[in-house]
Amino acid sequence: MNSFFALLGDYTFQTVALGSMLLGIISGVLGSFAVLRKQSLLGDGVSHAALPGVVMAFILLGSKNTEILLLGALVSGLAATLFIIAITRHTRIKFDSALALVMSVFFGLGLVLLTYVQKIPNSNQAGLKRFIFGQASALLQRDVHLMAACGLLLLLLVMLFWKELKLFTFDSDFAHSLGFSPKTLNLLLSAMIVLAIIIGLQTVGVILMSAMLIAPAVAARQWTNRLWVMAILSAFFGGISGLAGTAASSLVPKLPTGPAIVLCVSLLVLISLLFAPGRGILHKLYRQEKNRRLLKTEGAAGNVSSI
Amino acid sequence: MSPQFEIQLIAVTVAVACALPGVFLVLRQMSMMSDSITHTILLGIVLAFFITHDLSSPLLLLGAALMGVATVWLTETLYRTGLLKEDAAIGIVFPLLFSLAIILITRYAGSVHLDTDSVLLGELAFAPFDRMIIAGRDIGAKAIYTTGILLLINLAAILFFFKELKISTFDPMLAAILGFLPGLVHYGLMTMVSLTAVGAFQAVGSILVVAFMIGPPVTAYLLTDDLKHMLILSSLAGAFNGIAGYRAAVVLDVSIAGSMAVMTGILFLLVFIFAPRRGLVSVLRRRSRQKIEFGKTLLLFHLYNHEEKVKVQEGVAIDTILLHLHWHERFTKNILWRLQKDGGIRIENKIVKLTNQGRQASLQAYEELFMQ
Amino acid sequence: MEASLQNYAVEVEDLTVAYDAKPVLWDIDLKIPQGKLLAVVGPNGAGKTTLIKAMLGLIPSVSGVIRFCWGKAAIGKKHIGYVPQSGSVDWDFPATALDVVLMGCYGRLGWIRRPGKADGELARQTLKKVGMAEYAGRQISQLSGGQQQRVFLARALMQQADIYFMDEPFKGVDAQTEKAIVLLLKELKEQGKTVVVVHHDLQTVADYFDWVTLINLQVVASGPVSEIFHEENLKKAYRSTDTLLRSGMAV
Repeated sequence: MNSFFALLGDYTFQTVALGSMLLGIISGVLGSFAVLRKQSLLGDGVSHAALPGVVMAFILLGSKNTEILLLGALVSGLAATLFIIAITRHTRIKFDSALALVMSVFFGLGLVLLTYVQKIPNSNQAGLKRFIFGQASALLQRDVHLMAACGLLLLLLVMLFWKELKLFTFDSDFAHSLGFSPKTLNLLLSAMIVLAIIIGLQTVGVILMSAMLIAPAVAARQWTNRLWVMAILSAFFGGISGLAGTAASSLVPKLPTGPAIVLCVSLLVLISLLFAPGRGILHKLYRQEKNRRLLKTEGAAGNVSSI
Repeated sequence: MSPQFEIQLIAVTVAVACALPGVFLVLRQMSMMSDSITHTILLGIVLAFFITHDLSSPLLLLGAALMGVATVWLTETLYRTGLLKEDAAIGIVFPLLFSLAIILITRYAGSVHLDTDSVLLGELAFAPFDRMIIAGRDIGAKAIYTTGILLLINLAAILFFFKELKISTFDPMLAAILGFLPGLVHYGLMTMVSLTAVGAFQAVGSILVVAFMIGPPVTAYLLTDDLKHMLILSSLAGAFNGIAGYRAAVVLDVSIAGSMAVMTGILFLLVFIFAPRRGLVSVLRRRSRQKIEFGKTLLLFHLYNHEEKVKVQEGVAIDTILLHLHWHERFTKNILWRLQKDGGIRIENKIVKLTNQGRQASLQAYEELFMQ
Repeated sequence: MEASLQNYAVEVEDLTVAYDAKPVLWDIDLKIPQGKLLAVVGPNGAGKTTLIKAMLGLIPSVSGVIRFCWGKAAIGKKHIGYVPQSGSVDWDFPATALDVVLMGCYGRLGWIRRPGKADGELARQTLKKVGMAEYAGRQISQLSGGQQQRVFLARALMQQADIYFMDEPFKGVDAQTEKAIVLLLKELKEQGKTVVVVHHDLQTVADYFDWVTLINLQVVASGPVSEIFHEENLKKAYRSTDTLLRSGMAV
């Protein structure tokens, strides 16, 4: 217990925990929309596709500032999204194949660029690889500030366009007929989701980022039938997982932060799927059992009356 | 054999071995499942290692293949609860299993000489260092044999079960009725994908396995409609990507696996743009040609209708056409010019009149449209 | 002479819609008079849904003009109500019946502004009107097909429009709901509204509607039910007596 309180006072822990919590909250809110739009895996694609952008930004600008690297990530993430849209629009190739192709090719390009950087004399590329696996412990205070700023912007946009995003996600044709352009809203929402993914990369890395986008939203969906409750709950689940994962990895030796966070959030999904009232698996089993009994007694009664 | 030749041989073997099952993944819209499997096999390898404590044990392959199948099963079970969508199920299962693998590796890093970097990213350049030695004789790089066996297994499976794979891919209902057990075929295919991912990741890294599995089939998909041709073209495309990627990597002195993935992207891009019939250029060209043909028929038909309505063959002013059809002026002029050249209409003093030939053409188009 | 004096709610001129090079609607001319209950009838793939969507401006047309009584362009106009096909949305979406009905006033509110108390009250009243008051808080997937359709209808009523476009509102509903919807339609007509309904059941056309448009790529006939809804036109629209027989209109 003592070590826990000592931890709370630790400056590094505070920074990392705050960063992970922010990441959880932001991806929780945006993830709700991604999951409801059945675009869950776009997160996986965009995060992989961000790698060449990160390395390219480093090669071109020679800076390892988080802002600049993330800007590169944003550019290549958006480029990949556009490629996927173009392929699915103009050919018979389906979304999932286009996604798998584009993300793996972009990732391959990222690796090529990484090996290229290694050859440049006097360039330390160690900081770049943290985007692949994520390195929460390397979060600096200014990184957290950046995350907070982006997060605030995203949350503000979500609140401002709440009505439109909800309507568009539920029924885009109807939204269109009311004069809310689906093209504009699609662009807005996609850009917001991409931004949320990008700012999470350095904490959990490209592979685990998709879980941060999907899992809190899926868990939250089980407990409520209201979108706003879902978004808030999802942010809460994301934030709690971020905090718990960071704490666990600080207390337990040799427990990497990113995977620990994913473990926490997956646990929340499991609990929600099993125990959520009304929707959960246990509740359904209970209801089935009850119906079966009811049917049995009714059936028996029916037999009696027919005699 | 020189190391350069060995590397290229391995690259080609891996690429073809991946492309074969990939064809079915693309056609069954399960591409993202390959992404999932390539990540989770890491957990299978780690768990099997805990049992055998031997990194070269074939049990590792078995563990990884089992984990691949388990991934598919877990994802489908989750999806079948009806509580979440299929894509969300994929996106929850593989990060979880992957996280478990990373945690296990990190915790027992002292005893596991498994490097996450090499599993995920792979390095083909090191493959020739691991020799296959039988009875004291060096008979080539080990990877040549492992990937070679993999390729043979995949080839054999597809040759033997071609009919079953084909029918359960295009019409699972019919396959079930005919007694082909599409479920069994499905899991068989997933086992093949898992085995392939395991065999390939040492050479190219697990993330890029996806590029090899999906890239060539998607490229071939734009070139042919025939399943057999698609399998052959995919293999050829994979082999080309392997060799060209290696050459490029040598010239630029960069990651071989990465370079092969980039080559996959470049080849796809070229086919995407220039493929006959399905390529971007020919699609756009066809669309604009269709638009003009369509415009011609539409205008003729419009004039014909007008004649029928007013019962006089007096023609219609160009301005009236613009007003009615609501077309761009340039497009309308283009269509009018083309029709006049074909002899379907006459234009006198900005009045458009149907010729007899135009009337016939219009009637014919009408019949084609409605009497089919 | 009477026709020229009549006010039209919508006029469609030379409308052609095509997907790639395949025409779905071919040179359509259509005038829909104000205050009518109009059924759009035709075989599968005749372009009924496409016609409605094109009139609303949801899909681009190859040629033609659509004129409403207040001018061009339907999109964003507050005078239009729309009931899409119920299969077009994900019913597992986390929203209650009341949430969905409330969406009907979003167009009136425009960007960013939120619905207020009065809108909430109106939404409740509208739900009550379609007989769904006690289901206001129910998640939409837990409603029956008929109830879902009523919610969609209530959402359209929320729009307080002058012209309503409804895409198969009777699809998959129980007899009771069908009756309720018909009553609502007649009430709308009495209020002077124009209602355009894509309809499948030929047998009920004469009972439910006073105006009918038969289409099959083209307008086969359009006018008062009593004048144009007869076998000859139906044969033209359905082209073979075979499909007609299956539709239950054998004479």
